[in-house]
Amino acid sequence: MMEHTLKVEALANGTVIDHIPAGQGRRILKLFRMSESGERIYIGFNLPSRRTGKKDLIKVENITFTPAQANQLALFAPNATVNVIENFKVKEKLTLGVPDTVDGMLTCPNSNCITATEPVETSFRVSEKEGEVRLKCKYCEKTFARDAFAQLR
Amino acid sequence: MSNPLYQRHVISIADLTRHDLETVIATAQQLKREPRTDLLKDKVVASCFFEASTRTRLSFETAVQRLGGTVIGFDDGGNTSLAKKGETMADSVRIITSYVDAFVMRHPKDGAARLASENSSVPVINGGDGSNQHPSQTLLDLFTIHETQGKLDGLTLAFVGDLKYGRTVHSLAQALALFNCKFYFIAPEALAMPDYICEQLDAHGIEYQLAASIEEVVPELDILYMTRVQKERFDETEFQHLKSKYKLDASMLEGAKPNLKVLHPLPRIDEIATDVDATPHAYYFQQAQNGVFARQALLALVLNETV
Ligand SMILES: [Zn+2]
Repeated sequence: MMEHTLKVEALANGTVIDHIPAGQGRRILKLFRMSESGERIYIGFNLPSRRTGKKDLIKVENITFTPAQANQLALFAPNATVNVIENFKVKEKLTLGVPDTVDGMLTCPNSNCITATEPVETSFRVSEKEGEVRLKCKYCEKTFARDAFAQLR
Repeated sequence: MSNPLYQRHVISIADLTRHDLETVIATAQQLKREPRTDLLKDKVVASCFFEASTRTRLSFETAVQRLGGTVIGFDDGGNTSLAKKGETMADSVRIITSYVDAFVMRHPKDGAARLASENSSVPVINGGDGSNQHPSQTLLDLFTIHETQGKLDGLTLAFVGDLKYGRTVHSLAQALALFNCKFYFIAPEALAMPDYICEQLDAHGIEYQLAASIEEVVPELDILYMTRVQKERFDETEFQHLKSKYKLDASMLEGAKPNLKVLHPLPRIDEIATDVDATPHAYYFQQAQNGVFARQALLALVLNETV
């Protein structure tokens, strides 16, 4: 039924994030605080996908993803596609690249990190080793695998 | 030309280049040989210990006073009105640093010193932030190693004891990776050197090996760096068994090279038997004393364009 809704609700202006690995969609919504925007959001979970069997999909009305945001998205959904829609047409297909830093989006998994108690934006340096993305906290200097952030927020 | 540390924050060993480290060592050496009482003249240094650490605090405050500066501050943040009134640390730092020329701090949270430096108009010197960094300890270790060996390049060192939780050995290994040293790690498996340190050593092409006992590597060593294996980390029988393995006594040093020095960040409990104290290899008390010179060097360099 969700799929049906998504098909009929074509987006006039906004962003479509497709090919999100099934199960990651909810996390992406939270990370980008999409529901706080007040705009209409269409979400599909576990939709059929030819490539991976199942996928999640998000459409947000009237919000245009920046290339920087697309890169942050790449951390959690490297194979997702991001299309910016204008007047019912795809205006731009953003390519995803792993960002150098992720600022103000993630909570540091180290519970003794100063960012857990002080009002400060978190900041992580991103590196890749043997294909695995790792993030190093600017403050506590600890390095975490991407999955360490899965339980947060 | 101004020195490379002038008006800089000293937060993490990873921020310092080989040249920075050498500058601190040379300055500490110079100040030990010829004391200077003028380098912090008319300077006020804040010594703010949000967590108590008597040894580090006394060492820093002695350093300030030996250089002719004055100290303000507190020795246990929990007792201050700052903590009681619930002000953020960032705000406290912003205000205190507006009074002083440099800000020495210790804090129980990892990353506190980095955050403080972002809110400070004067150099922040990290005197320990949680389990993260304690750069002045690393600098005094480097100074002591240099003092006893005449160089840092190409030395062979063994680290013994708790290599997992001991931030002292992590930072020292990181710093010595810039000087092409060779390492032996001697630790219970549960307290082995963490992967991220080993990866950094790999990245620098540094040779390191795990060894089963102190005795088997002693003849090769220039520095034997002991740390304490904490009882809390093991059950009683396991601990009794381990303790003997990571404990040093004088007889174990018989095959050592004459230049071998034994270091320890102190306090020691019983991991170095007191019979080691009388051997020519014991250097941990001089090491502690060198803390004052290393901290003098840091303060002098961040507050003087030339020293
Ligand atoms: Zn952190």
